[in-house]
Amino acid sequence: MKRHLISAADLSRDDAVLILDTAAELASVAGRPIRKLPTLRGLTVVNLFYEDSTRTRTSFEAAAKRLSADVINFSAKGSSVAKGESLKDTALTLEAMGADAVVIRHGASGAAHRLAGWVTGSVLNAGDGTHEHPTQALLDAFTIRQRLGGSGGTPDQRGGALDGVRVTIVGDVLHSRVARSNVLLLSTLGAEVTVVAPPTLMPFAVDTWPCKASYDLDSELRKSDVVMMLRVQQERMSAAYFPSVREYRRRYGLDSGRMALLPEHAIVMHPGPMNRGVEIAAEVADSPRSTIVAQVSNGVIVRMAVLYLLLGGAGEAAA
Amino acid sequence: MCAMRPEPGHEQGASSPGWKAVLTPEEIRRALSRIAHEILERTHGGEGIVLLGIPTRGVPLARRLAERIGEFEGTPAPYGSLDVTMHRDDLRLRPARALQRTEVPSGGVDGKTVVLVDDVLFSGRTIRAALDALNDLGRPRAVQLAVLVDRGHRELPIRADYVGKNLPTAYREVVRVLLDETDGEESVLLGERDQ
Repeated sequence: MKRHLISAADLSRDDAVLILDTAAELASVAGRPIRKLPTLRGLTVVNLFYEDSTRTRTSFEAAAKRLSADVINFSAKGSSVAKGESLKDTALTLEAMGADAVVIRHGASGAAHRLAGWVTGSVLNAGDGTHEHPTQALLDAFTIRQRLGGSGGTPDQRGGALDGVRVTIVGDVLHSRVARSNVLLLSTLGAEVTVVAPPTLMPFAVDTWPCKASYDLDSELRKSDVVMMLRVQQERMSAAYFPSVREYRRRYGLDSGRMALLPEHAIVMHPGPMNRGVEIAAEVADSPRSTIVAQVSNGVIVRMAVLYLLLGGAGEAAA
Repeated sequence: MCAMRPEPGHEQGASSPGWKAVLTPEEIRRALSRIAHEILERTHGGEGIVLLGIPTRGVPLARRLAERIGEFEGTPAPYGSLDVTMHRDDLRLRPARALQRTEVPSGGVDGKTVVLVDDVLFSGRTIRAALDALNDLGRPRAVQLAVLVDRGHRELPIRADYVGKNLPTAYREVVRVLLDETDGEESVLLGERDQ
């Protein structure tokens, strides 16, 4: 493993499987009377959040605390960032406080990469603009393996990857860091990924991505093991990408009629937060096929696995 | 999981030069039978015992002991595995390690007599970590320790209750336990480090 987790592309297949196996082992800790491990005692993890987030920040916080690390939460609102401090100066301040890891969410693509050049600790990308969100992709891969079973692993799924699993990612692919990280990670794990989006929300260079692209949701649903709905990100849309929410819903929304097209075993995922009634109908979100709640609880254990593997051992240099 | 066991190099077989066999398959079998009897004696027929093996090689040893106890007493002892990686004191000295399985029998450990099982007792640091890991799982009535080989050189005040073989060693020597379940052959070897 590298020292930082900036992009899902940094992970080799072996790295990714190691993270999933570690998370599977850590899942048993959640069921114990004492849900805490002493592994990262004495280390400091800083949550540096320039964008609003509920589940990612609390998930990282819970993960770090369960490994006994000290957590400092830093949100741009109400801090010296509001007074005009630059990312670099903030980073140097955190460095001076002795942060062993910085979890950063920032509105600018590449912010995590820049930060990694300024601090000595590990940098974990918790979402940078429209670029990447690797831990979300890892928890999605973990959820898929948990629900559908892995390929080539032991009966308890250890060592298993996702070879041959057909994943369809639907919606605002253009602005979605979740989609980008998932395409990279799931294809590394052997899954066959298809992205479906309206032409205006399809990235220009999608042909260079390790996935297929389509504009027709209904035909893709029939051959999907996993369908992942993306949030329509009103806050990143400066132009009109589709005529109306109603038209988007009719062509790309997942309602119970469309869910019926899916094969029996297929699951429905959503990274949250959901716009119920836009990309996903309420009855679909609440159906037994939906893994949305499992994704949240898996988020904590996958982030524990990442923190342990990045911080738990000696650095690469000392090895 | 003694701290000094050379992780790479298990592929070297018993026939490799420089390694001296100190326990044969028959001796391992007899030692385990004796330990199983001793456990039954000390725990008054194995009442309320749980055998927990420490990965990697403590796990098959715990299973074998549980089977022997079942043969001798008619009721098999519950057994499981206890991974101590997250509780080790040398985590920062090496790159992060993959976690092993922790499986506790359905009855849990509360109020039980837990017998920890490992292959080699060396510094005692693994057992220290195991005691901490066990503490997070519940509150056993008592904790005992069974090892196949005690090679000495303790760095902590820890002692085994059941020992297959006491093996006086030099600090620089390496003890390797090979088991059918994990290595496809069965023996205990003594050799020099860096072979």
